[in-house]
Amino acid sequence: MNEILTILIGSIFVNNFAMSRFYGICPFLGVSKKLETAFGMGMAVTFVMAAASLVAYLVNEFLLIPFGLTYLQTIAFILVIAVLVQIVEMVIKKMSPGLYQALGVYLPLITTNCAVLGVAQLNVTEGYNLILSVVNGVASALGYTLSICLFAGIRERLALGNMPKWMEGFTGAMITAGLMAVAFNGFSGLI
Amino acid sequence: MSIIAILTAAIVISVLGLAFGALLGVTDRVFRTPSNPTADALRECLPGANCGACGYPGCDGYAVAVAEGKAPVGACAVGGAPCAAKMAAIMGVDAGETVRMVATVACQGSAEHCGDKGEYQGMTDCVAASLVNGGTKLCQYACLGLGTCERACPFDAIHIDPLKKIAVVDKEKCQGCKKCVAACPQHVLSMQPADRVVTVGCHNPEKGVALKEKCDRACIACEACVKACNFDAIVMENGVPKIDYQKCVGCMACADACPTGAMEAEFESRKEAYIDPSKCVGCTLCTKQCKFDAIEGALKQTHKVLGACTGCGLCAEKCPKHAITMRDRRAPRNKMDKVKKAAAPVKAPVKTPESGK
Repeated sequence: MNEILTILIGSIFVNNFAMSRFYGICPFLGVSKKLETAFGMGMAVTFVMAAASLVAYLVNEFLLIPFGLTYLQTIAFILVIAVLVQIVEMVIKKMSPGLYQALGVYLPLITTNCAVLGVAQLNVTEGYNLILSVVNGVASALGYTLSICLFAGIRERLALGNMPKWMEGFTGAMITAGLMAVAFNGFSGLI
Repeated sequence: MSIIAILTAAIVISVLGLAFGALLGVTDRVFRTPSNPTADALRECLPGANCGACGYPGCDGYAVAVAEGKAPVGACAVGGAPCAAKMAAIMGVDAGETVRMVATVACQGSAEHCGDKGEYQGMTDCVAASLVNGGTKLCQYACLGLGTCERACPFDAIHIDPLKKIAVVDKEKCQGCKKCVAACPQHVLSMQPADRVVTVGCHNPEKGVALKEKCDRACIACEACVKACNFDAIVMENGVPKIDYQKCVGCMACADACPTGAMEAEFESRKEAYIDPSKCVGCTLCTKQCKFDAIEGALKQTHKVLGACTGCGLCAEKCPKHAITMRDRRAPRNKMDKVKKAAAPVKAPVKTPESGK
């Protein structure tokens, strides 16, 4: 229980995926113009990361380790994630068209996202078991959702403000992201 | 590393890949959403801008709705008539005539016509500005010119004029997606036919000459345009005229009559009738037809077009000898100074132009 709590706080705040590990920066900058879409992206990431942690753990434990193929983790995990996202997309499309409309645009984007591969790799290097892997997957994704939503909120305000011409758009966004990362750095002594 | 290890790696990854491939195949079989061939064919005709102007979530959504018979074929603003025709062919229905609609600014409250209440230093955004004290302009219905529509437009078709400080629509670029209409907090924008020549350039519902203190292009609801229209195309609605473009022939008589210039017209494209004396047989059909008493001529004599002609083209349509053509005006009226000229627009020897039949 204690360990789960440590992973939760560690992955959401201390080792935040976007803000201190710098994973998944592409959607972090690309899909953060509106709070609404940022939240949609965060939810899609959460969904995929939890599932990817689960399946990647199973593949690693029952296929790669017995055959002594752990050096093929990267390629095997990419395969797993890509297939997983495709299947999830098909299933959602059939079972819940509403959710598909909401997530549909983002799901294919996540297929090759380094954050998802990153969480699978991290679970292996940290030596988490099945439950801890899934907890870490969900917690990392929640941390990602938190940072992308905060960032989107700030960008929405910045877009309306009186910014100097040279600070408009991506310049301001980059500096904001940097300042946010500094702020998140303040969590580093927590665990 | 031995050859065995390489083979194991290759085999394991291949098996994994095959298993996943099979899994995907099975999932596809089980979970495939039955695709509709009609919808797919319809989707091919659509431009793929996914602008949502049709009211459906993207082109896919609209194609499905049409295939199921829930939507008409001509609802795509971006694709326009060619797109509607192709879709009609697939659906086996008549496309009908689709009028291309473009965003239209119902305000002429530029810096010179409508003053500011004071100096606004807040966010450069119309929504923010509209929340404070009824907007920044003297007229609380005016276009604020802070560019919210410009930023909403995905087609680069609406811009804030740097001199006038109000929104100006590029009719050529506008695809009719209505995003600006939704974005404007002042409700200045609306969709009107692209081929119109007269536009109601004010949407302030207040009445009376006192309005002119706020904006000298305001509609004061005097109804002069309604009276001037010989085609019953104008009615008053919410204190401003509303033009029925189905009935409007583009004679611009309403804009001639408007004392404030709230009724905008493209006077520069105005035509005048010209009677070819060699073809005219003097049948007087055109004189009877003209709603502005702009053609004089007795029976069996060559007719003559007077200055009161508004260029509506009714006579050219009716002339049995095809003697009348619409040509560019030889002597364009001085339309800029509308307030003065509304009383006596042109030299009209027979009757005054506004006297009707």
